[in-house]
Amino acid sequence: MVSFIARRLLLTVPVLLGVATLVFSLIHLVPGDPVQAMLGEGATPADVATLRARLGLDRPLYVQYESFLVGLVHGDLGTSLRTNEPVTQAIAERIPATAELAVAAMIVAVLVALPLGVIAAAWRGTGIDYTATAVSLLGISIPNFWLGPLLAIVFAVQLGWLPVSGRGGLAHLILPALTLGAPLAAVLARMTRASVVEELGEVYVLAARAKGVSRVGAVIRHAFRNSLIPIVTIFGLQFGAVLTGTVITETIFAWPGVGRLLIQSISFRDYPLVQGCILLIAFTYVAANLLTDLAYGLLDPRIRYE
Amino acid sequence: MSAMPTVRAVRDAVKGPMARFGLAVVVVAALAALFAPWISPYNPNTQDLALRLAGPSWRHPFGLDELGRDILSRVLAGTRISFLVGIVVVSVSSVIGSLLGAMAGYFGGWFDEIVSRLIDILLAFPGLLLAIALVAVLGPSLMNVLLALSVIGWVGYARLVRGQVLRTREIDYVQAARALGAGTPRILLRHVLPAAMPAVVVQATLGMAGAIVSEAALSFLGLGVQPPTPSWGTMLSAGVSHLLDAPHLTIFPGLAIALLVLGFNFLGDGLRDAADPKGVQA
Repeated sequence: MVSFIARRLLLTVPVLLGVATLVFSLIHLVPGDPVQAMLGEGATPADVATLRARLGLDRPLYVQYESFLVGLVHGDLGTSLRTNEPVTQAIAERIPATAELAVAAMIVAVLVALPLGVIAAAWRGTGIDYTATAVSLLGISIPNFWLGPLLAIVFAVQLGWLPVSGRGGLAHLILPALTLGAPLAAVLARMTRASVVEELGEVYVLAARAKGVSRVGAVIRHAFRNSLIPIVTIFGLQFGAVLTGTVITETIFAWPGVGRLLIQSISFRDYPLVQGCILLIAFTYVAANLLTDLAYGLLDPRIRYE
Repeated sequence: MSAMPTVRAVRDAVKGPMARFGLAVVVVAALAALFAPWISPYNPNTQDLALRLAGPSWRHPFGLDELGRDILSRVLAGTRISFLVGIVVVSVSSVIGSLLGAMAGYFGGWFDEIVSRLIDILLAFPGLLLAIALVAVLGPSLMNVLLALSVIGWVGYARLVRGQVLRTREIDYVQAARALGAGTPRILLRHVLPAAMPAVVVQATLGMAGAIVSEAALSFLGLGVQPPTPSWGTMLSAGVSHLLDAPHLTIFPGLAIALLVLGFNFLGDGLRDAADPKGVQA
């Protein structure tokens, strides 16, 4: 297991370096002069020169790259052009809000998806199964930038039960968590159903049924436990969708997280902050994939020896 | 090998009720996109400020927006943008991705190494994030959306085709073609790539849904198609400011996106099941 973990960690290093390189080069993709673009047309040549020196863009490219990587390792991503606040501090302040939303969405997804998938599998081919499948396909096809406003129209505007925006208590969390969790729930439910159906055909489940275990008992006690391995993988893979989803969900519900900070920074052309947010989201995703791989190895010993 | 498996897969796929529904939605939407200028009841950019935010009526079945423009006409015009984005992004990504994937799988060595590492790095960005980053620096426009979505889009095709080619290149008929003196381009284009085509067609169908949602998401965030061009995402974004007084601004463009995406997903699911009958049993 130790060598498996070491190998996976080692494989992650070039990916992280590649991600950092791509994010570093973003600012150089700005058409024309990036400094002029940040300051706008009215900036004086002196202002442009000052900002260029502050961002280090007047130095040779390889020196910029080297100081970017060194800064990254030390957690220094520069300062925000708009607020002069260190980028890492600005992002760190927003992380709890995004983490709260992402965790709540994943709890919603698991609470909805696992029972839905298991019920659909246990009653395969019946009306219950078709309804569950249709609901999950619908969940996959409804984009969260439509689901969010729809939920707001019904539960905030029409019924007045929940607040429409901002962060506060549990009431503020419900609509954003549902918006972000619904597509994940849909994918997980489909995967759970397929995975449980496959396990139900295995000999050990048939043996249990032959010994008198009920269909529900066979699903819950035998098939479901073994079907968890592919479900864990899908959960890990879908984490990327959750991270991207936070950008949209936070924008809809004015949720003060990293996603909203990213969109605000883009509109202010605050490129150091844009780079910081993108790096954080991509690194989190790489870490989540790594953890998924490790969990997979832990759950299924055969993976470790491949 | 020929394109026969693809044709057969398409014919088999539309036998199921869900795939039929998907195909019907896609065909109706494609016709709407094609004939939008002739079937639109009004010019999508004509403003009637006296009627701004008016709800659905016989004259305006989807109501009017914040500038008094007919929402039905704008939804119809938005269909064109969605199909344009879907077709361009899927065509560019599938051609570039398939070629790079086929070459990486066939030649192996340093070329495969470079393509595979590039794929790894691009896949380290979740979903839309890289597209958001690219449009953020390049500036919001339809052209940059097409570029950004193609940059992230080719990866899926390259990975898929590379895997297929690795399996195909050692099969007897490819070896026979090589023994008979066929050149590499001929082997790749005539023998190896056609075997990967059914999988590419499935990916492309689902990719249409992905590209349409992504464009709408970018436009919703203010990073895509710019007003007054009618994009479903831009319309939804404007609707969010009027949730309290005019929810119809949000309902109809969203319905259009969800229906078309559902159509492509149903069709893609049907194609996948037809192309890989083993997967249906699960």
